[in-house]
Amino acid sequence: MSAGLVFLIVVLIAFAGFVVGRRRALATAGGDPRKLHSLPGYYGQTVFIFAAAPALLLLVVWMLAQPFYVENRTSGLIDTADIAAGSSRDLVMADVRRISGGIDTLVAIGGQSEADIATMDAQEVDVRKLLAGVGVALGSDVNRSVFEAAKSYRGTTDTMNLIRTVLVIIASLAGAAYAYTRINPEYRARNVSEYAIKLLLIACSSIAILTTVGIVLSLVFETYHFFQLYPAKDFFFSMTWNPQFRGGSDLGILPLLWGTLYVSFIALLFAVPIGLMAAIYTAEYASPLVRSFVKPAIEVLAGIPTIVYGLFALVTVGPLLRDYFAQPLGLGNSSSSVMTAGVVMGIMLIPFVSSLSDDVINAVPQAMRDGSSGLGATHSETVRKVILPAALPGIVGAILLAASRAIGETMIVVLGAGAAAKISANPFEAMTTITVKIVSQLTGDTEFASPETLVAFALGLSLFVVTLGLNIIALVIVRKYREQYE
Amino acid sequence: MTDLNTTGAAPGPRKKTSLMVQDARTKKRNAAEKRFRLYGVLAIGIAVLALVTLLASVLINGSSAFRQTFITMDIYLDPAKLDKKGTGAIEDIAKVSTFGYAPLIQQAFETVFEKDNIGVEGMTPKTAAELISPEGSAQLRRYVLANPEEIGDTVSFDFLAGGRIDGYFKGRVTMASAELDSNVTPEQLQLADQLKDAGVLRTKFNWDFLTNADASENRPEAAGLGVAIIGSLYMMMVVLVLALPIGVAASIYLEEFAPKNRWTDIIEVNIANLAAVPSIVFGILGLAIFINFAGLPKSAPIVGGLVLTLMTLPTIIIATRASLKSVPPSIRSAALGIGASKMQTVFHHVLPLALPGILTGTILGLAQALGETAPLLLIGMVAFVRDFPGAPPEGLFDPAAALPVQVYNWTQRADPAFVERAQGAIITLLVFLLIMNTVAIILRRRFERRW
Repeated sequence: MSAGLVFLIVVLIAFAGFVVGRRRALATAGGDPRKLHSLPGYYGQTVFIFAAAPALLLLVVWMLAQPFYVENRTSGLIDTADIAAGSSRDLVMADVRRISGGIDTLVAIGGQSEADIATMDAQEVDVRKLLAGVGVALGSDVNRSVFEAAKSYRGTTDTMNLIRTVLVIIASLAGAAYAYTRINPEYRARNVSEYAIKLLLIACSSIAILTTVGIVLSLVFETYHFFQLYPAKDFFFSMTWNPQFRGGSDLGILPLLWGTLYVSFIALLFAVPIGLMAAIYTAEYASPLVRSFVKPAIEVLAGIPTIVYGLFALVTVGPLLRDYFAQPLGLGNSSSSVMTAGVVMGIMLIPFVSSLSDDVINAVPQAMRDGSSGLGATHSETVRKVILPAALPGIVGAILLAASRAIGETMIVVLGAGAAAKISANPFEAMTTITVKIVSQLTGDTEFASPETLVAFALGLSLFVVTLGLNIIALVIVRKYREQYE
Repeated sequence: MTDLNTTGAAPGPRKKTSLMVQDARTKKRNAAEKRFRLYGVLAIGIAVLALVTLLASVLINGSSAFRQTFITMDIYLDPAKLDKKGTGAIEDIAKVSTFGYAPLIQQAFETVFEKDNIGVEGMTPKTAAELISPEGSAQLRRYVLANPEEIGDTVSFDFLAGGRIDGYFKGRVTMASAELDSNVTPEQLQLADQLKDAGVLRTKFNWDFLTNADASENRPEAAGLGVAIIGSLYMMMVVLVLALPIGVAASIYLEEFAPKNRWTDIIEVNIANLAAVPSIVFGILGLAIFINFAGLPKSAPIVGGLVLTLMTLPTIIIATRASLKSVPPSIRSAALGIGASKMQTVFHHVLPLALPGILTGTILGLAQALGETAPLLLIGMVAFVRDFPGAPPEGLFDPAAALPVQVYNWTQRADPAFVERAQGAIITLLVFLLIMNTVAIILRRRFERRW
């Protein structure tokens, strides 16, 4: 029985439990709900929870554990002789899983009976051809031990599934019965049910932590694999990036880091003055009417997906910069360049800088403005000499957040910056960034044993550490600053 | 106490000044003030200009993707070619491959040449038939297989014109560029002009762009967004079903129940940081955990949905918490005062009042997820998918594309016609985003309460 069906059955049992539990609660109180500790619905809820929660937990744990158990049992059946040179037990196990899935289709649509399968011998029958007939393509011929392993795999899985179904349903019924027998007018059903709901809420809020743990674990684990295949010293200090899918590649992060920082630098050079001035103008000068138009217009920029910016860079900005700046100045012929990506990314960052700066400028107490004006300063002098210094930590925080965005941005650089990894000072040359290389190393058919693929995880980890560091510094600065005026 | 005047320097003779006349220093300061204001206006001007240019560039380049050149032809469904045995059995008709339908189109061109008295020198019906997209014969075959009883009749079809012909009417292809192009000849373009004059060739709105699946490298005219829209829709469904309940539950706990302790602090810092983790890192997470570890299929909307859920959670949590915070404490006190439990207070009173804000935040989170591209590239959504995924829930595990990834996909192809398609796809994406944001704003305006 499939897991989905088991899930449905458990839910049905739980619902039935709810109805029965509610009725029993009323019955024990002689039909008078005032004699009960909690409202009758809560008694139903306790039965529901006891019927569903342990059973579903069991189901999930079982589903996670079962593949390990089954694979351990079957992988021993494969003859070491049947593992081809250059292959590994894991790869053969992948075949075993496919064959076992193929046998299922054979039985379902191929017209073979279970008995046929049980007596079938891979030595006599061409299993590969047979399976190809039902649309399951295999990479190699099927050996006897592999086929036996597949049969055993299938058999064990079936048995385990059956045991799982039975156990989960028993757990559900037992839970329901337990909660049902506990129902009496003094039973504090509401407290029990609310405690369970609270546990659920806690579990949900822990998902954020699980995500972080998942990110860190997957990055660290695969990066560790990478450094076993490729020396860490070369990764961090080599000046060349030249992946070869035949091996012997140079995977130095420095050219990528240079490209990343260069693009981000140009983007910030563009975004910070514009964003900051726009924020100052909207906060200090603009009339409410102008404000009501300008602020949403700038915020629209933040809502546009980055792929749109990427296409804008590719189709409009790139050729424009090439035709009017790079070629006349003799600086290059490439439409994808650091400049293209930097300018477009700068446009994307304007709203980040401006809305955060706007907040901090507005947080500067009015008394400081009044004091400055009272001493005879002009408005711009007040802004430059009083408000900006007071708001500086917050603005720095905003800039750091924007920088972390710029470093982690992917689509704009994928479409705008180019793919050539080099270190050059010419902004009209195509360079590449960490994120571009993560995409190019991990898209398409990837094999997870080569350093050329695993390097993407090391790049991802570097990216994660850098952006996380920037964010934490920014948050600390902003928080300190807020405390100053609160 | 000494008199200042006796110790300090004696005041020199003052220059005569008037408040009416500005001195040089005041002028300078006022000029600086004006300049400063101008910088502000300039900055806003640049920002707005960038926005306008961006939108205009997309609209101008992309709107032509929704119009397509069609050639209307009366095709005689020749029984001698389609049903050689004359049995009318569907199996026999199905044996005729797409290739076998090409002569019918050539025949139709011959008829048109004779009837309307058009034609270009050196142009055979065979080369003329190249005006029609290779999709044309496939379209014919599908029609015949669906309506085998019409074999022997003459049926009128709207065929897609080939990508180069379409490009000619959109200004992408010129006579000069056709000289150098191996896919089209100037003669074919002349013929296209004549066909247009004869009313056979027309440009009209192309619904297929929104409903067709993607097409291969050499037939951009047939490529559509159908699979991508369905894929995006499925992913949004997954995000909504998972992120909304989990996000709301997490926010309720953090905002209403959580004690101030280290664990809560860690969760809070975590959520703030997750909101700022580069999206591509989530892609790596999806690849490592969902695909490699959990063994979910590549290119499937379920994996995309899960990754986007994790990405959207912080947004939803932050919005929901703000919304819960804005419900005044008096509501809680009143509910607690008449004997409700803490849980009842939250679920019966606070949550319903916070609902509009939560929904607004959720829609904005969904809009953000809809436009996200980078993580989807890593989990294999770039694959070329021609088949529509099945109905959910099984369809969630079928390969599909996604709108923003389709845009990326098309920009990576050689034929410039695909760039036009990509811009058209962007317009579609922006329209969806516009709708979602408008709904969010309306929700906020209609239901948000000021306490």
